[in-house]
Amino acid sequence: MKPRRAPRPEAARAVPKAPTGIQGLDEITGGGLPSGRPTLVCGGPGCGKTILAMAFLMNGARRYGEPGVFMSFEESIEDLTQNFASLGFDPRPLATRKKLALDYVRVEPNEIQETGAYDLDALFIRLEHAIDSIGAKRVVLDTIETLFSGLSQTRLLRAELRRLFNWLKSKGVTAIVTGERGNSGMTRHGLEEYISDCVILMDHRVVEQNATRRLRVVKYRGSTHGDNESPFFIDQSGLSVLPIASLGLQHRVPTGRLSSGLSGLDEMLGGKGYFRGSSILVSGSAGTGKTSLAGYFVDAACRRGESALYFAFEESSAQIVRNLRSIGLDLGRWVRKGLLRIHAARPTTSGLEGHLSSMHRLIDESRPRVVVVDPISNLISVGTSIEVKAMLARLIDFMKVGQMTALFTSLTLDAGHPEGTDIGISSFMDTWIALRNIEVNGERNRTLDVLKSRGMPHSNQLREFVLTSRGLELLDAVRDGRGRVLMGSRRGAHGARTTAEKRKNGTRTRKAAGGRSR
Amino acid sequence: MSAKSGRRSLKPRQNRADADFYELRLYVAGQTSRSLTALANLKKICEEHLQGRYRLEVIDLLEHPQLARGDQILALPTLVRKLPEPIRKLVGDLSDTENALVGLDLRPARPVKA
Repeated sequence: MKPRRAPRPEAARAVPKAPTGIQGLDEITGGGLPSGRPTLVCGGPGCGKTILAMAFLMNGARRYGEPGVFMSFEESIEDLTQNFASLGFDPRPLATRKKLALDYVRVEPNEIQETGAYDLDALFIRLEHAIDSIGAKRVVLDTIETLFSGLSQTRLLRAELRRLFNWLKSKGVTAIVTGERGNSGMTRHGLEEYISDCVILMDHRVVEQNATRRLRVVKYRGSTHGDNESPFFIDQSGLSVLPIASLGLQHRVPTGRLSSGLSGLDEMLGGKGYFRGSSILVSGSAGTGKTSLAGYFVDAACRRGESALYFAFEESSAQIVRNLRSIGLDLGRWVRKGLLRIHAARPTTSGLEGHLSSMHRLIDESRPRVVVVDPISNLISVGTSIEVKAMLARLIDFMKVGQMTALFTSLTLDAGHPEGTDIGISSFMDTWIALRNIEVNGERNRTLDVLKSRGMPHSNQLREFVLTSRGLELLDAVRDGRGRVLMGSRRGAHGARTTAEKRKNGTRTRKAAGGRSR
Repeated sequence: MSAKSGRRSLKPRQNRADADFYELRLYVAGQTSRSLTALANLKKICEEHLQGRYRLEVIDLLEHPQLARGDQILALPTLVRKLPEPIRKLVGDLSDTENALVGLDLRPARPVKA
């Protein structure tokens, strides 16, 4: 069930939000964190809390005109700035322009002796001073629970923290309070009891040797939010959350067509080839010619002068170029011309998020018209099938918005049933081409058929698919007198018998069978 | 006392007079009853134990908020013993005299058998 979207007038009355500027996070929170209120971000060590918090501040200062205060209880300012600078976003320039204030609150248990009643007024004063000195609208407290290590009066501290969060609210600043994940509760000291407007849980887990990062909005008072776990990743551009299929289905739909690179296949697809901006799945067992078909697709794009991006998860780029040369395709020249970029990586080199991240980045950088992922099935080795599905959905949405045409190859294990594509990804695909090996009479022949192709009439015929040194060729189904489909050497024999007739009629068999081009 | 002499040997440039001299800073926020209690308690301790060998500075953070950062103050009132080293922070209104004296190194943490 999809959550019902609130009608406009109600949306206007909803909780005001402060955008985080973090890709994806604003989507699942419906616009950002609750403005003027504290949000709790919790998770285990190394899960990315600090990065999320810092990104929230830096984006606020850069894009939304909201200066911020980062109060660190764990890392010194030097360590903090150095770490972030090495990640690629240095907070120092913002600090010198007074858009960001960094303060390190050192809690040294060895130095402290408790001698009677006290309160945390000094912390309030420091924070207020920092806020007022730059007119901050955003505040991060990372990780305030460190106070519990230095001061022993837990009850007093709790009361003071409650006072602090209320005070932050009264100051009207949007705050992120981070907390370490506890054994029993969401945080070690139960901060979730005090901060109840918005709670985000982050997680860094290892599934089959691959680290994956997840984020979930546990709670968001007064607002709807995506409550799925969303993968996120951290790279040079900061932190990006990948809401599962969050982009929805509102992208513009182009009606233009583009060639598959194979005239025979174009004919099968209503005579014009794929839709621009569509996603194409080419599935088949080993050695059915998936990469060759992808190569043709890329070659055709480059011939039209369009840029292409090829993600290879099985072969190195040199190997792809070499192998495709054997069927008469020279992709090397497109690479040299700068039209084609081949990015080869072993799927296991990083987690799913890592792959998605680098794919996003490369697509963003080179803005290709055509993208190939060869094969998508190899990514299963780094994730569970649900994750791959989610990632794929995200990638497809992303490319559809950019109106790129994407071709995915997928290795099917069971040669007999290409429909059983292991990831169950076919519903995301607009066109699905199945390649099969058929063994008859002591030879193996390749066939190609279009299982589906949305929005266009397409052939229901099974074609023979031949790889020669001159290239790919689709041959029409040839039937003998009893209606049996003939392939391979049998076709040859049959072909010899019928050539004379064809000449007489003056039509080429291919065209006659294609039929729909007229 | 043995701990003290050990420290002195680590800091050879400090002479005996320096090591016995107490430089204290009391951080408060305004004239609250807690601030006043802390100040009164501190004065009593100083008169009894540090006669003539201490200097006390009272800092009101409401007037000088920027000073909280330098001495890493978070709780109030906080008494900072700048000298003798190492720096010590006594958090609270000093009404727990025993803990205060321990914190200032004016009494050993556990009673030592003579």
